[in-house]
Amino acid sequence: MELYRSHVLVCEGTGCHCSGSADVIQKLKEELEKHQLENEIKIVSTGCFGLCEIGPIVIVYPEGAFYSGVKSDDVPEIVSEHLLKGRIVKRLLYHDHVTEAGIAKSLDEVEFYKKQMRVTLRNCGVINPEKIEEYIAFDGYRALGKVLTEMTPVEVVEIMKASGLRGRGGAGFPTGRKWEFAHNAPGDKKYVCCNADEGDPGAFMDRSILEGDPHSVLEAMAIAGYAIGADQGYIYVRAEYPIAVKRLTIAVAQARNLGLLGKNIFSTGFNFDIELRLGAGAFVCGEETALMSSIEGSRGEPRPRPPFPALKGVFGKPTLLNNVETYANIPQIILKGPEWFASIGTEKSKGTKVFALGGKINNTGLVEIAMGTTLREIVYDIGGGIPGGKKFKAAQTGGPSGGCISAENLDMPIDYDSLTEIGSMMGSGGLIVMDEDNCMVDIARFFLEFTVDESCGKCPPCRIGTKRMLEILERITQGKGKEGDLENLETLAKNIKASALCGLGQTAPNPVLSTLRYFRDEYNAHVYDKKCPAGVCHALLQYTIVKDLCTGCTLCARECPVGAISGERKQPFTIDQDKCIKCGVCFEKCRFNAIEKK
Amino acid sequence: METVKVMVDGVQVEVPKGSTILDAAKIAGIDIPTLCFLKGINEIGACRICLVEVEGTRALQASCVYPVSDGMVVRTNTPAVREARRVNLELILSNHDRKCLTCVRNQNCELQDLAERFHVKDIRFEGESIHYPVDDLSPSIVRDANKCILCRRCVAVCASQGVGVIGPVDRGFRTIIEPIFNRSINNVPCINCGQCILACPVGAIREKDDVEKVWTALQDPNLHVVVQTAPAVRVALGEEFGMEMGTRVTGKMAAALRRLGFDKVFDTNFSADLTIMEEGTELLGRIKNGGKLPLITSCSPGWIKFCEQFYPDFLDNISTCKSPQQMLGALLKSYYVEKNGLDPAKVFVVSVMPCTAKKFEAQRPELSSTGYPDVDVVLTTRELGRMIKEAGLDFPNLPDEEFDPTLGESTGAAVIFGATGGVMEAALRTVAEIVTGKPLDDIEIKAVRGIEGVKEAEIQLGDLLVRAAVAHGTGNAKALLEKVKSGEKEYHFIEVMACPGGCVTGGGQPIVKAKKRMDRDPREVRAAAIYDEDRDKPLRKSHENPEVKKLYEEYLQEPNSHKAHELLHTHYVARQKY
Amino acid sequence: MKSLQELEEIRNKTRESVYLRKDRAGIRVVVGMATCGIAAGARPVLLAFLEEIKKRNIKNVTVTQTGCIGVCRLEPMVEVYLPNQEKVTYVNMTPDKVSKIVSDHIVNGQPVMKYTIGVDGR
Repeated sequence: MELYRSHVLVCEGTGCHCSGSADVIQKLKEELEKHQLENEIKIVSTGCFGLCEIGPIVIVYPEGAFYSGVKSDDVPEIVSEHLLKGRIVKRLLYHDHVTEAGIAKSLDEVEFYKKQMRVTLRNCGVINPEKIEEYIAFDGYRALGKVLTEMTPVEVVEIMKASGLRGRGGAGFPTGRKWEFAHNAPGDKKYVCCNADEGDPGAFMDRSILEGDPHSVLEAMAIAGYAIGADQGYIYVRAEYPIAVKRLTIAVAQARNLGLLGKNIFSTGFNFDIELRLGAGAFVCGEETALMSSIEGSRGEPRPRPPFPALKGVFGKPTLLNNVETYANIPQIILKGPEWFASIGTEKSKGTKVFALGGKINNTGLVEIAMGTTLREIVYDIGGGIPGGKKFKAAQTGGPSGGCISAENLDMPIDYDSLTEIGSMMGSGGLIVMDEDNCMVDIARFFLEFTVDESCGKCPPCRIGTKRMLEILERITQGKGKEGDLENLETLAKNIKASALCGLGQTAPNPVLSTLRYFRDEYNAHVYDKKCPAGVCHALLQYTIVKDLCTGCTLCARECPVGAISGERKQPFTIDQDKCIKCGVCFEKCRFNAIEKK
Repeated sequence: METVKVMVDGVQVEVPKGSTILDAAKIAGIDIPTLCFLKGINEIGACRICLVEVEGTRALQASCVYPVSDGMVVRTNTPAVREARRVNLELILSNHDRKCLTCVRNQNCELQDLAERFHVKDIRFEGESIHYPVDDLSPSIVRDANKCILCRRCVAVCASQGVGVIGPVDRGFRTIIEPIFNRSINNVPCINCGQCILACPVGAIREKDDVEKVWTALQDPNLHVVVQTAPAVRVALGEEFGMEMGTRVTGKMAAALRRLGFDKVFDTNFSADLTIMEEGTELLGRIKNGGKLPLITSCSPGWIKFCEQFYPDFLDNISTCKSPQQMLGALLKSYYVEKNGLDPAKVFVVSVMPCTAKKFEAQRPELSSTGYPDVDVVLTTRELGRMIKEAGLDFPNLPDEEFDPTLGESTGAAVIFGATGGVMEAALRTVAEIVTGKPLDDIEIKAVRGIEGVKEAEIQLGDLLVRAAVAHGTGNAKALLEKVKSGEKEYHFIEVMACPGGCVTGGGQPIVKAKKRMDRDPREVRAAAIYDEDRDKPLRKSHENPEVKKLYEEYLQEPNSHKAHELLHTHYVARQKY
Repeated sequence: MKSLQELEEIRNKTRESVYLRKDRAGIRVVVGMATCGIAAGARPVLLAFLEEIKKRNIKNVTVTQTGCIGVCRLEPMVEVYLPNQEKVTYVNMTPDKVSKIVSDHIVNGQPVMKYTIGVDGR
C-alpha cells in the first residue's frame, strides 16, 4: 500500500457535485501529474461535509486546511502553493460567520463543526465511500464481527434497547422495541428494510450518509438481520439520488466480494444479503406501509395498521424497517456500548440528531448535534445566525409534517418530546429558519401545497381535506378570506389529524395548526384587515406614493406595465389602486424611496 | 373457537378471535356506518367513515379492518367520532357530483344513505371539483368519474377477477380510478363482467342503458319483437320491486313482458337444454375421438373474452357451442321465422340477461349465422326492472303466466345454468344417461354446487371415470387453468362462469348494498331459489325436453349435425390485450 | 469473510493509508518546503522520509511540509515533533541522514544530536 504525505479530500456529495467538484478532481489530477506529485499526494473523493452551500469543498490533510467554493481554476494555485510549497492558500479558506475576522481556519477550528458531535456523519467527508477498505480501516464491520461471534440475537436486541436509540425517520419510536417485536414475530422468513426514501423538502441527511458512508448502513442492516432472524434486506432508495444509488451499489458489491454480505458471514453460518429498490419519487413512500407496498411492486399507498410490519410486512412476512440515520448509529453503539450512546442527549432522547439547516441562515447545510442542544445554539453558533442581521421569527422542524418553533422557544433543548409538546415534531430533521420577512400564513400555505401535491389519494381526509384547507389558505393569502375561514381551517385540521389513514395525512395539518397557535394575529390581519404584516402576500400589499418624497420624475409611470400611475411632471404622482396589479416595479425603480409598500 | 372479550360502548361482547371491531359492534347491537368496505373483497379502511375510538391508540381507527383483542375498549359514538365521520362525509360529498335526482342509483345509493343517516344538510367545505368526461364507449359498461368517491371497491373486485384493468391513477386530489393511459374501458382487456357495477356504492359505474332501443322497437309496427329471459333473471328481478332476495318471479316476469308489448315471450332455458345436447355430444365426441380435452364450457361471454385475451392457448379447449342466448337468437331468426313465415329482417330479438358481457357478446360479428345478428338488444335484469316501473306495472301483484310455446319449454336442468356448477350438473345428468343408458341414482350433484371457488367431481359412467371441475369468477378460473397448464390437474370437463356465484350474481343483476351483503350472500340465496325452481320442474334432464326433441326431428336432425354447426356453434380468436 | 482476523488484516493494512485523516496526534515530521528549501534540496529529503517510514512499517507518523522555517542558509530543514517532547530541528539535511533520524529519533526517541541546529547549525 502506497504511503502519501498528503491527502486531498474532495467532496463528491450531491451538493458539491452540482457545484463542480468533478472538474476540481480532474484538474487536481492534471496538476499533480504536472508537478510529479501523484505519488506523494492522494486524492480522495468523499461524501458530504455538510456545508453544501459553499461547495465544492476541499480539505487537505494533515493540516486539515478547509477550502470552500473551490473552482477548477483555483486548483493550480492550491497545488503549486500548498501542496508543493506548503503555503496554505488563504483566500480560499472557509470564512467563518461566527468569528468576525473570517480568518484562516483549519477544519477543527471552524465554528460550524466545533459545536457539532458527529456520530452518524463521522465518516462523511473522511473516507472514500467507494472503498470498503477505508471503511474497514475506520473500524468498519467490526461491530458486525463482534455481534456474530460474541453475542446472541437477544443480546443484540437488549443492547439496542439499553442504548435508548429512537427512530430517526420521524416519529421517534424506540428502535430496540421495534427490533424486539420483529425478533419475537413468528416466521421462518423475515426481512430487514432500510427507508432511504428521504422526501421532506430540504432534508438530505440520509442522502449524505448513503453517499459518504454507505457501508455503515449495510453493516447495521446485517446486524439487524442477525438480531431478528432475517437473511434478506431491502434498501428502498429514491431514484432521484443517483450518487447514493451508485455508491450503495458499489458498496453492496464490495461487501459481497469480501464476504461481508452473502452466505456464512465470518464463518458463523449467518447469511444475509441486500438488494436495492428504487422509488419513483412519491413522498408517501417514506411511510412504512406504503414503502413496503412499493417494494412489492405495487402502487405506493399506506394501509391501516395493525397488522404492524413487525408481524406482517414485506410480502406479508415479519419485517423490520429503520431509516438510514438510525442505522448509521448502530455500529457505533455496538462498538462503544449502549452506555456510551445513552450518555449523549437528553433523558428520553439519546444520541445525536442530524439537522438540515435551511432558510434564512448563514450556514446552510448539515449539522449533527447532541440531542438537547437548543435552537439558539443551532441557529446562532452553528448556523452563523441570520443574514443581514434580521430578527429570528420562527423555525420549522419536521418539514411538511412538522410545525414551527417561535422565538419564545429558542432556548428550549431540542428533542423528540419537547418538539411534540410545542406542536411540532422532529421529523427527519429539516430545520428551516424564518425571519421577520416571512409571512407565516404563506409558510403554512407553502407546506400544505406540498402535502396536497403528495397525498396518495387513498383516504378522503387527506385527499379532499387538505385540498380544502389549501383552498381556504389560498383565499386568505389572496385577500379573499372571510368570517368562518379560520374556524373551518381548525375543524378540518383537527379532523384530518384524527382520521387520516396514515402518518402523513395525520400530520399534514401541523404547519397550519402550529402557525395558528403562535401567529394567530397574522391570520387575523390577513382575514379581517386584509393586510400581510410581513409584506409577502402580493394581493394584500398596497403601493402608495409618499407625496413629500415624490419629485414627479415620471419614471414609475413610465415603468408601470398597466398604466396605473399618473400625475403631472414635477408634481407628486398617484397610483390608481383599482388598476394596480402589485407587481412592485415602481417600488424597485423609484430613486427617491417615494413608494411605500404596505 | 378461541374468543376474546371486547367492550363496545359499555357492552361486553365475546367474539371469535380475528374478528374486526365492526363485527364485534354488530354483535353488541351497533351498526357502524361503512362505505368502502365490501366484505371479502375490499377491506382496506380507506374511506374513514367507520372510525371509532380504541382506548390506548392515538388517532381514530377504521373499525372495518381493526382486529379486536382481549380487553379492548371501543367507543363508537363519541363527539370526536361523530365529528370525524361527518367531516369526512362532507368532504366526500364536496367532491361528488350530487345530481341525485337524475342518477341511476337514486334511492339505491350507499352515499345517499349515509348523508341521510348523518343529517347532512349543508356542506361546510365546498371547493373545487375536477370535471371528467364520461366514458361510454363500451357496449357494456359506462364509467362516470364525476360520481366516483374512490372507495376502490371496483378496483378490488376487478383485481380479484384476475382482470385488473382499472386502478388509481395520479395521486392526491387528482386521483382517478380508470384504465391505464387514460384509455376507455372499451380499449383495455375488460371482460365486461360488470362486477364493478355491483361493487360500486354510488353511480360511478353503470351498465350501458339500452332501454330506449327496446321501447323504440316495441313502438315499431313493422317489427315482430320477441324476448327471451335467462335462467338467473327469474330469481332476482323481484328485488327491483322490493321483494325479498331469492323470490322466484318466473310467471310474473312472463306476464310483465307480455304487458310491455313483446309479441312473443320465450325462454333462454329452452336453448340451455339445447346447449346440453350440443355440448354433451361434443364432450363425448372428444373423449371418444381423442379430441382436445378438457372441454371447457362456453356459456359465459365474460369468460370467453377472458380466455381470448389471457389464455389463448386454451381456445381449442372451449366448446364451440354458442351461448344459450345466441343459440336461441339464431333459431329465432331461422327455425322460428321459417316456421311462422316471418321476414327475418323484421324479427327483433331482445334478451333479458343477468349479465353486462352479453351486450358485448351480442355485438360479435361472428354471431350472426343467418346474416342478421342473432340477438338485437340485450337488457340487464336492472333495465327490465326500469321498463316495468316506467310502464307502471304493479309487478308483485301480476298474475303468473307461462312462456310462449315451442321455444319456451324447458327442464330443471336448464334453470340451474343460473348458478355456478349448474351447467356441469345439467350436462352430467344427460351425458350419464347417454353413456350408461340409465339415469344417475341422484341427479342432484351436490359436489358441484355451492360457492367454493373451485369445485371438483368424479363421476363413474360405465368404464369411464369423468373428472370434472367448476370455477366461478375468472380469478378462480385463472388459478384452475394454471394447474391444468402445469399438468398438476387433469380433467375431462370444466365449467367456467366469469362471475363469482355464476349468473345469479352476474353484473346485470339487482345491486345488493354492501351492508346487506354482510348478512345475506346473494350467491347462496338466489342459487337456492334456482335449485327450488329445478326441483319443481316435472322434467329435470335436458334430453327429455319435448320441444328440443321436436327441433332435432323437424330441423336440426341430430346434435352436432351440419345444420346445428351452422346455427349453434362458433369459433374464437386470440385477442390482443392492449 | 471467513474470520475476524481477516477483517483485522484489511483494517491494519488500510490504516496506514488513512492515518493522516485519523490520528492527528502522533509524531510529525515537518519539512521546510518553501522556495529556499526546495532550492536547497528539500524534496529528496522529504521523499527519503516517506520511503524510510514505509520500509520500517512505522505507524502514527505524519510527514508533512511547511513554508519557510526562517533560517534559509541552513536549508533543507526538518522539524520532528514527538508527543510530549520538545521539537527537534535538523538542518542541512540530505537524504542519507534520514535513515539514522528515523531509527534513532522516531523509533527510539533519541534525537540525532549531531544533525541538529544546535550542533550543525553553528
